[in-house]
Amino acid sequence: MGCLESLKYEILLKNASSKESGDFIRNHYDEVHEVEAGYKILDKHLIGIPPIAVGVEGDYVIFPYTKPCYGTFLVRVAVPEEVERLRKRSK
Amino acid sequence: MHTVTVQVVRPIGDDIQKKAAERSAVLLLGCPQVPVQTSIALYLLSMLRKKGIKGIIAGNPAARRLVEVSDPDHHYVGEVIDIDRCVADLAEKKRDFSLCFAFIHNDAGVSYAATIGSLSGGSLVALIYGEHPEDVAETLTVPCEKIVVKATHNPMPLKNKIDEVLPWVVSNL
Repeated sequence: MGCLESLKYEILLKNASSKESGDFIRNHYDEVHEVEAGYKILDKHLIGIPPIAVGVEGDYVIFPYTKPCYGTFLVRVAVPEEVERLRKRSK
Repeated sequence: MHTVTVQVVRPIGDDIQKKAAERSAVLLLGCPQVPVQTSIALYLLSMLRKKGIKGIIAGNPAARRLVEVSDPDHHYVGEVIDIDRCVADLAEKKRDFSLCFAFIHNDAGVSYAATIGSLSGGSLVALIYGEHPEDVAETLTVPCEKIVVKATHNPMPLKNKIDEVLPWVVSNL
């Protein structure tokens, strides 16, 4: 799977809050998974107020990526393995 | 050839000291754009050390360097780790802390505090400061002790509040 930086990703939101990120995912995607804080996607442990919303659209996973000085970025990246893993844990 | 066996008899107080040495607190630093953060972090490290608690700094590179440059001889600063490494170690159950002091002045700080609070078995103390600490405090919904003080350049209001709360927080460990 590799790391996020090595993949072609799209940034949907910049400098967002944890709540704005969650609301965006819940309002824009039909398939939403709720994960615990620290859940790992690619090489990143998710930061946020649990439960953290993660969207799925085809092979794409949409998740928040938070940095202390830049707030939350909402990232969209194609990672079929992560989509599969999210679906398995939701069963 | 002679074999000498040395039996070390520890005084009773050693057990208590050993237990105290095992107590640790992570100081989860936020973005260092608010000046009070570095001075309060060093002050808190000093207070914790006096109480026999090992303080560990976790922050992004800028926050870590501010602390390390402010204490070049490491009188107060001990272990310093990357903030995301800290989260990863907690999530992967490689380590934990007795206490976590989260420095919060923005939404990212709230997110990191909530994450640490849900991953750690230790107590979470949220130090919420900046221009609008009450607004930020409202968004932190995880169980924790909140210290909410309007402070940006002057560290004294936050220091005074820590002086009030720290004995109580430490006594609960």
